[in-house]
Amino acid sequence: MVDLFSYGPLGWGDEILAGLWVTMRLALVTLPVGLLLGFAVAALSLSRSPIFRAMGAGYTTLMRGLPEILTLFIVYNGLGLVLNQLMTLIAPAAGPVEFPPFAAGVIALALVFGAFAAEVLRGAFQAVPEGQIMAGRAIGMGPRKIFWRIKLPLLWRYALPGLGNLWLNLLKDTALVSVIALDDLMRATKVAVGVTKQPFTFYLVACLIYWLMCLGSELVLARLERRANRGLRRA
Amino acid sequence: MAFLDSLTANLPKLLDGAVTTLELTGLGALIAAVVAPGLALMRAGGPKAAQLALRVYISFTRGTPLLAQLFLVFYGSGQFRAELTSLGLWGFFRDPFNCAVLVFAINSCAYQTEILRGGIQAVAPGEIEAARAIGMSRAQVLRRVTFPHAYRIAWPALGNEIILLMKASALASIVTVFDLMGRTRQIFSRSFEFSVYFQAAVLYLLITICFVFLWRLAERRLSRHMAAPGRS
Repeated sequence: MVDLFSYGPLGWGDEILAGLWVTMRLALVTLPVGLLLGFAVAALSLSRSPIFRAMGAGYTTLMRGLPEILTLFIVYNGLGLVLNQLMTLIAPAAGPVEFPPFAAGVIALALVFGAFAAEVLRGAFQAVPEGQIMAGRAIGMGPRKIFWRIKLPLLWRYALPGLGNLWLNLLKDTALVSVIALDDLMRATKVAVGVTKQPFTFYLVACLIYWLMCLGSELVLARLERRANRGLRRA
Repeated sequence: MAFLDSLTANLPKLLDGAVTTLELTGLGALIAAVVAPGLALMRAGGPKAAQLALRVYISFTRGTPLLAQLFLVFYGSGQFRAELTSLGLWGFFRDPFNCAVLVFAINSCAYQTEILRGGIQAVAPGEIEAARAIGMSRAQVLRRVTFPHAYRIAWPALGNEIILLMKASALASIVTVFDLMGRTRQIFSRSFEFSVYFQAAVLYLLITICFVFLWRLAERRLSRHMAAPGRS
């Protein structure tokens, strides 16, 4: 039992850790990309132009309504097709190429994360009290200063619980990339199962690793929330 | 009009898959809905040990990917083939559809329990005291006051949960269930016809839209006593 998970050529510990590293990298790279996209879409949804607003609403509705795995396949296969058509135009002799699965995973997960994050950010932005902004103006702050010193810290406070949930979802959704041949934790587990014929043991360990990651994230998020709420009087 | 031609060609298979998607979601959500009220009551005010066990179950279910849970049950059951065969359960676990429904039910039950617990705890204590004061028994209070009110509070969140489950049911295609996603992947792998993904997307959105409409109708019926006079 312990031998199965030892480090080195006999055990599967190193392979699983390597997979875990891919899973963590994938989630950590997706987070900033998805957040940026979320800010952009939230800006669209809050815009004065009805066309931009409709674009923002359309994007969030579409992306939140589709299964993540379908989005992943559309991105992975679609970008693959586009890339191959481009290659036949530029270098016909090169033969078929594959779109890098890591990049496809980041793009697909960021598209989904961005749609949910946009809704969280929009709600948080609308929750910033008008009086705070007026107070800032009254003591002579310019629009930029108001944004950095008043709107953004409040936005962070309101959006953090929602974004924390999205981070946990992202962490779990990374498991989907194992189906497009990316060697993440899930796929490393699958390879180990193929050799050892002990599916329950290995998938249980994979589940426990994901669980630990989520519990750890929850601890960090609770700290961040406490920090974001410092100075707030409690009833 | 190439899209329409290809849609009519693919439609029978896609619709067949969509029916399987609805079966997976419906069965999973229904089994969970039968178990969740009891668990929610325990979670809201049961014995300490039961509450702790429920918290671990809910935390584990929410902290692990559904795909990993699906693999744990579908592939993992193979490790206990001899034991399951002697219990007469191997036939059940060999079928990916059954495993998917089981996992979806376990998963959705965790979420529904948490949602219902929130609903139960949001029922105003005064209402329960009033019901007790006019002589209702504990069971009567639950049946006539607590649950009707808790369900009305929890209804929108329960609807969201079922939509999430419907989307997540696409994962069943990875353990070879031919649901809407499974049929889509099958058609794509045979013809490399990319538009089939968009056809599937339209069908998934249609399912969601229809469900949201029906759920709102039911919500209006649940809160009909609160509607303004003259409106349905």
